[in-house]
Amino acid sequence: MNLPGARERRVRTGGIELCVVELGDKEQPTVVLVHGYPDSKEVWTDVARQLADQWHVVLYDVRGHGRSTAPAPLRGGFTLEKLTDDFLAVADAVSPDRAVHLVGHDWGSVQSWEFVTVKRTEGRIASFTSMSGPSLDHFGHWIKQRMTRPTPRRIGQLLGQGAKSWYIYMLHTPVLPELAWRGPLGKQWPRILQRMEKVPAGDYPTPSLPEDAAHGAWLYRDNVRARLSRPRTDAFAHVPVQLITPTGDIFLSERLYDQLELWAPQLVRRSLPGKHWVPRTRPDQLASWIGEFVAANEAAQEDGRPVQDTAPTGAYADRFGGRLVLVTGAAGGIGRATAFAFAEAGARVVAVDRDAEGAARTAEMARLIGSPAAWGEAVDVSDEQAMEKLAEKVATEYGIVDVLVNNAGIGLSGSFLETTSEDWKNVLDVNLWGVIHGCRIFGRQMAERGQGGHIVNTASAAAYQPSRALPAYSTSKAAVLMLSECLRAEFADRSIGVSAICPGIVNTNITATTHFAGADAAEEKRLQKRTSRLYGLRNYPPEKVADAILKAVVRNQAVVPVTPEARGARLLSRFSPGALRGIARLKPPL
Amino acid sequence: MTSAVKDEHAPELRGFREVQRLAYDCAEAVAARLTPGVTEREAARMQRDWLRERGVRDWFHLPFAWFGDRTAFAGFKVPVQFFPTDRRLEPGMAFILDMAPVHKGFTADIGYSGCLGLSPLHDRLLADLEVHRELILREVRERRSLREIYEDVERLMIKQGYANRHRAYPFGVIAHKVDRVAERRRSPHVFGFGTQSLKGLLSDALHGHRDGWSPLWSPYRFSDHPPQPGLWAVEPHLGFRGTGAKFEEILVVTDSNDPEQSAFWLDDDLPHVRRWAEEKVAA
Repeated sequence: MNLPGARERRVRTGGIELCVVELGDKEQPTVVLVHGYPDSKEVWTDVARQLADQWHVVLYDVRGHGRSTAPAPLRGGFTLEKLTDDFLAVADAVSPDRAVHLVGHDWGSVQSWEFVTVKRTEGRIASFTSMSGPSLDHFGHWIKQRMTRPTPRRIGQLLGQGAKSWYIYMLHTPVLPELAWRGPLGKQWPRILQRMEKVPAGDYPTPSLPEDAAHGAWLYRDNVRARLSRPRTDAFAHVPVQLITPTGDIFLSERLYDQLELWAPQLVRRSLPGKHWVPRTRPDQLASWIGEFVAANEAAQEDGRPVQDTAPTGAYADRFGGRLVLVTGAAGGIGRATAFAFAEAGARVVAVDRDAEGAARTAEMARLIGSPAAWGEAVDVSDEQAMEKLAEKVATEYGIVDVLVNNAGIGLSGSFLETTSEDWKNVLDVNLWGVIHGCRIFGRQMAERGQGGHIVNTASAAAYQPSRALPAYSTSKAAVLMLSECLRAEFADRSIGVSAICPGIVNTNITATTHFAGADAAEEKRLQKRTSRLYGLRNYPPEKVADAILKAVVRNQAVVPVTPEARGARLLSRFSPGALRGIARLKPPL
Repeated sequence: MTSAVKDEHAPELRGFREVQRLAYDCAEAVAARLTPGVTEREAARMQRDWLRERGVRDWFHLPFAWFGDRTAFAGFKVPVQFFPTDRRLEPGMAFILDMAPVHKGFTADIGYSGCLGLSPLHDRLLADLEVHRELILREVRERRSLREIYEDVERLMIKQGYANRHRAYPFGVIAHKVDRVAERRRSPHVFGFGTQSLKGLLSDALHGHRDGWSPLWSPYRFSDHPPQPGLWAVEPHLGFRGTGAKFEEILVVTDSNDPEQSAFWLDDDLPHVRRWAEEKVAA
């Protein structure tokens, strides 16, 4: 196992020997990581390494997997009761007088649900983080509920999950799965994982995979049928639970956890864009959420405040809690509203703007409404070196950005013949080069980390709506729109989403600072006042654009027109561009 | 009033100051009695009863109470939403008490912002109101047009990161004139507003319309004139994502040439002003 400082030991229990590995400071609270099927403890390598900085981390190979021995006979050797014995033996060996924090993935989570819902483990577990593995009892009730009171939606959910569970039926056939795993499937598996799940190569899967998978088939055979047909009615979690749901899991539907609050009264939900093997593909995010949850529970034990009461409550809090979001142009308007919306969802926010005071103010207010940490940075997005410096500082001090919002922009109005090359340069420097720098510098960091992310570029309805009044501005925004679409294609491979937002007429400060080409100072002031008043009369709040941005990230939307006029123009641009060209020839009433 | 100067003993100002103090005392007394579970209706009734016991018979408007996100007028579309509802107060919730009693013929209109328990966000909002009080006084003394001052206040709010919530008031007013009200035996009210006071406001509006000014201080063209001498109940109201805060108190505007005397806050010994002073001492 590729873990510096790992201490291996063997724990004997019920006639078998478990291979247990410990990392980190023994004095710290213990975090036990339980792997799934067909894995071994190596699935946790990256997560464990990060957690070990702060906690006492324990991993073990489940019986019959990796370097642990298998029960004989296999049949009946993998019941949840026996797995619970194993867990208790490990917990007693590594943390005899302190409850442990439990983390489970896939089958590791399925068995951990058993651990946290049975009586005999009470007092031995302090918290549980579950990913991609429901309790078989809850699953049984979930199916029963949908069978006894079917509605079209419930039947759909049943059929959907039924289709995703194909491998469970396969594993119930005798002998064949073992033959497949020991034969071609075992050989191909690493490649399949790389292709389907984009699991990076490394020390996982281990050479013991074919044996592990063959033994592990008994996990299903010994438990699934029995529990699904007669689920326990007292399967209530007696510890706080953090549920992490990968949104792209091909084996488990998100709907499975619909009423989990009934079974786990102290529940914190998280959702993560990723596929099934998140411990391999999203280790940074998992380590930070697990660490946070463990810390919060340790603190809660001291001051007695339940953990879920301190969790943020904004829209999509499950998705953005603890993530790092960078917003440019954050001293006002859409940028500031976006920073606040992310802050309410519990994200850490870096507010960037030319206006240092405004950026600092945004950061300060963000902290007041739920952001665990927020920073203001004074940077001009058109200054490449300054952006490079910012990226370096952010990466070393706060981490790799999970969501980047390239929002900074300036307005420029006036006919083409009156627009000077200086005007062109100014508007392209900020509106286009600002976005290019952001995507290039922060996008590269995201891609190099290889754990997904999202980039949002604020374009404009002017990107697809030609106008005689905004030639330079529209050109810069059209470029941003096209850049976003191209980038989206390129970054799709790396699980980085790219969205272009086209707000339309929104009541922000942009009109008050728009430069009007060809107008003298007094005339410019008048025009600024007049457009501001018109935009004020329209009175579309930037908060709604911010909501659209969060939604675009969650749904990974490509192009998002926001106001009704932006949506109307988008529709026209696709079905009747001639009409838009006609509108473009009208002189604006200023 | 037109020739009044900042004189502590001017009987007329004393009358207004007394009723404003009375209203703020009421707000503090009621705020101290608010506990989790109290509804807006109950809070409004507590204010009414408290003032009735102290001789208030007529109102410019009946007491209001707003709790939680209603302090930021979230989703307010029609005026009836201003009236107290059955919303219950919860720990950590912001509240605003707003009342306009008439006492011995003098009117006050006050707003009191508070929070049940500690809220750093609410503290921030209240602290940020101080610059608005200073800005309004300074610009009134400069005799800027009411509409311009309004726009400056709004600009400052946006700079601070807030939304302007007095835009949600009828006519989007930030202030309105208050005056003496004749004491009658019966003082009926319609839609929460005292008929006597409404009559005063209406006659002001009529006179003002002839002379080119308005008793309402709004963002619209009818407020495009310098401040008119008289007493103005000013209420800048900040909103921030479901939390709101405001103060409301009387600003005296005179026709004096001395800037100090041309405009001043009727009373500097009010809860929010004391709070700012205490914060400065603590800092």
